Amino acid sequence: MCGIVGLFLKNPEFQPRLGYMTSRMLRVMTERGPDSAGFAVYGSAPSGHVKLTLRGVADIDLSALALQLLGVLGGDVEFARHDDHAVLAIPAATEGAVRALLATLAPGAVVASSGHAIELYKGVGLPEDVAGRIGLSGMGGTHAIGHTRMATESAVTVAGAHPFSTGTDQCLVHNGSLSNHNALRRMLVREGQTFDTENDSEVAAGYLSWRMAQGARLDEALGAALSDLDGFYTFVVGTRSGFAVLRDPVACKPAVMAETDDYVAFASEYRAFAELPGIDTATVFEPEPQRVYYWEHQA
Amino acid sequence: MTSDSKNIPRTQPRFSATFDRGTISEIQRAAATGIYDIRGGGTKRKLPHFDDLLFLGASVSRYPLEGYRERCDTDVVLGTRFAKKPIVLKTPVTIAGMSFGALSAQAKEALGRGASAVGTSTTTGDGGMTPEERGHSATLVYQYLPSRYGMNPDDLRRADAIEIVVGQGAKPGGGGMLLGQKISARVAKMRDLPEGIDQRSACRHPDWTGPDDLEIKIEELREITNWEKPIYVKVGASRPYYDVSLAVKSGADVVVLDGMQGGTAATQEVFIEHVGLPILAAIRPAVQALQDLGLHRKVQLIVSGGIRTGADMAKALALGADAVAIGTAALIALGDNSPDLADEYAKLGTVPGAYDDWQDGRDPAGITTQDPVLAARLDPVLGGRRIANYLSVMTMEAQAIARACGKSHLHNLEPEDMVALTMEAAAMTRIPLAGTEWYPGKGGF
Amino acid sequence: MRQIDLASTSLRDLNAALQGAAEGSDDAWTIVNPRGRHAIAVGMTNPVEVTIAGHAGYYAAGMNQRAIVTIDGNAGPGVAENMMSGRVHVKGNASMAAGATGHGGLLVIDGDAGARCGISMKGIDIVVRGSVGHMSGFMAQSGNLVVCGDAGEALGDSLYEARVFVRGTVKSLGADCEKKEMTVADRDLLQSLLERAGMSDVPVGAFTLYGSARRLYHFHVDNASAY
Repeated sequence: MCGIVGLFLKNPEFQPRLGYMTSRMLRVMTERGPDSAGFAVYGSAPSGHVKLTLRGVADIDLSALALQLLGVLGGDVEFARHDDHAVLAIPAATEGAVRALLATLAPGAVVASSGHAIELYKGVGLPEDVAGRIGLSGMGGTHAIGHTRMATESAVTVAGAHPFSTGTDQCLVHNGSLSNHNALRRMLVREGQTFDTENDSEVAAGYLSWRMAQGARLDEALGAALSDLDGFYTFVVGTRSGFAVLRDPVACKPAVMAETDDYVAFASEYRAFAELPGIDTATVFEPEPQRVYYWEHQA
Repeated sequence: MTSDSKNIPRTQPRFSATFDRGTISEIQRAAATGIYDIRGGGTKRKLPHFDDLLFLGASVSRYPLEGYRERCDTDVVLGTRFAKKPIVLKTPVTIAGMSFGALSAQAKEALGRGASAVGTSTTTGDGGMTPEERGHSATLVYQYLPSRYGMNPDDLRRADAIEIVVGQGAKPGGGGMLLGQKISARVAKMRDLPEGIDQRSACRHPDWTGPDDLEIKIEELREITNWEKPIYVKVGASRPYYDVSLAVKSGADVVVLDGMQGGTAATQEVFIEHVGLPILAAIRPAVQALQDLGLHRKVQLIVSGGIRTGADMAKALALGADAVAIGTAALIALGDNSPDLADEYAKLGTVPGAYDDWQDGRDPAGITTQDPVLAARLDPVLGGRRIANYLSVMTMEAQAIARACGKSHLHNLEPEDMVALTMEAAAMTRIPLAGTEWYPGKGGF
Repeated sequence: MRQIDLASTSLRDLNAALQGAAEGSDDAWTIVNPRGRHAIAVGMTNPVEVTIAGHAGYYAAGMNQRAIVTIDGNAGPGVAENMMSGRVHVKGNASMAAGATGHGGLLVIDGDAGARCGISMKGIDIVVRGSVGHMSGFMAQSGNLVVCGDAGEALGDSLYEARVFVRGTVKSLGADCEKKEMTVADRDLLQSLLERAGMSDVPVGAFTLYGSARRLYHFHVDNASAY
């Protein structure tokens, strides 16, 4: 149960302000989800590189870590610290080796996401505090998805905060409650998906990753989700260049969207839009149930 | 030797434990009618219950209080968290929500009279507030249900507290069905329905779903009532730890937790008997949720579902509840299932003690009916007296137990004052098995 | 005219002021900077005029009695829920459950309404210039729902005695909802509802009336699948 925000920029001029706009939207959703917050910000990585977002690195000397990685791998390694998270940009070909090295060099760190565009941050506490610590408002990018969580059946932990990333450059946030996630999780585990939490939303993320790994496009995977996922859900999903929204057939959980020439915005409640530029003349609408809404940047 | 064929014992008729007589008759009934069985009351199967707990009493290591001489207070304040006007009850046993419609106006009035006489509250139900009920209830809790039958802001302001009903123990997750026999002209008018039709009630609220939206709904209700009224949230016992946590996070002042023994006016038998938790199993996780949030005793917990005696009440309080609510027991106190009505029950194909056709509107006791002739059998003044008597006995019984445990207030009863008689009860309540220090899940026997 | 700025006034102070507005006062109230806040102008009991200058959140004008509330923007879920009397006018779109369980008064929506518009309505009149979402009129008991645009899936499911007028297309009818012949009296009623809603420009002729088939009023095994 929670609040969702999402922002997909059409106008590149807005890209430096993506994090700022997202942080303002996220803050308004505090009452819907005071337990924890998280967000994914999509921006480009240096050519030929992937970005790994590491969580739980507050006590790690990142310069030393980068040097150690460099010593083993050669090539260039860049890092940026954001409170207890860090983003490592590494040559794409070295990802497997880097993950293996991290397990020994920085055993406390969790790889929260990997991809060419995604950076993923989350923490326990009020959304404003989480976003402030990590510095969301200073981040730029092409699209972002944020979530504030009121925990229902899963524990209030950092790992249980949304978004969930279960595939390269993929992330999902969810408002609602799935009713068949246990059986679905067992099926996906047999199919080779791995899960870090007991959260129903991670199962939804894993389901979409599984579908996409089989070759489905994001919109096709979401279409399949309509028949395979039971319960109540509003999903907002990000991929490297795409942004999608899906509501269950009953559509009890709130959802509102705003579109202008410059952006598409999603929120659980209208008030999250109040500070967006040009909102007074935006097309504001509620996404229909069972319909996949999908926007994509030209690669 | 030749056998005497006349003396060979015949095989006795042998009944199946699986296909017992009740099961066989239900299959036959279903095959003949094509509709599931709808009835009133709560679950009838044997469940782990308060009978599986005992109090230890005082002896040498603990000192008892003198009965009738030394103080044993029973008062409770509900709604201290946010409401400007919390509710003060003289005894922690209240009357649960039962609708006008399910019950006759006389029965509702009697409940109000009885509760008021002993300084406790009564509750409306799915059908709105009647003037009789408001007039005769010193403290009245107004239920806010998915159907919103009879819901209006004037009654909301006239109420002393507001109870948002998410579910009830007899049917967590289910809606309602009041059969046409009970939709009299007055009931129909209060509910804005055609007279005599089978009325269906929704299982979800029309304008909110989930805790994030519930928080907004609670804010609206507080804004409409000047933040005066305590807001209760009632849930059927199913996932009490999470449901209580979320009700509290959504802003509730009081949580009402109804176990599966809790009665209903009319629901499918399969629902009553197969969905939900017995109240014994639900209290500890609910209290744990409040303790984990640091709000035990600050957000009050009312439990219901099979509460019959002062002993049940004392046990519920010792497990951590702040008050209990009764429904079925109150109807019995009014005269439901009385042996005096044996002849009339026989005409309905049943016997005193087993009557459960509350949905059917032909209650010979005049309680669960809208038939004016039957309803007139219940004298609201006498009925009120019986309710008051019964509530007083329950309170005195609970006091007797509390004094024996050395408590000058019922709320000082603790889980450690009790032992469990069965493994099941020990596991569900985390109270040690009698004579041991152990309960299932705790290491070391 | 009195103006209250929600950027600097608390919701409690705003509603207390509105609820305390003097009987018969000519004052009209304008609320600026609503920014989607919830429970604005709820529990009104007096016939005062209130304008919300912008978008409102959940339950705007909830349980209204006699007040004339205009929302100059969009309304969130449950606008005018359980309204008893008076008038609520949404100039933009309304979200889910508009007019839910309303007992009386008039709710006018110039734009579209979302899912479950008029759910469990008990006497309210709702007029929507645009379209309504799925499950509109679910379990609607009495009153009138007028939709000048289109209706989504399962219109009027489990309908009781409420009447639903739709001018555009209906994606699908819910259980026990059926098309009815429109009488002269129905047409007159529709005309007057449109006039009261300020939509006399919408011609009455193209509407279709839907009501309850009343097959679910008494349980019958042949209808079991519709429950």
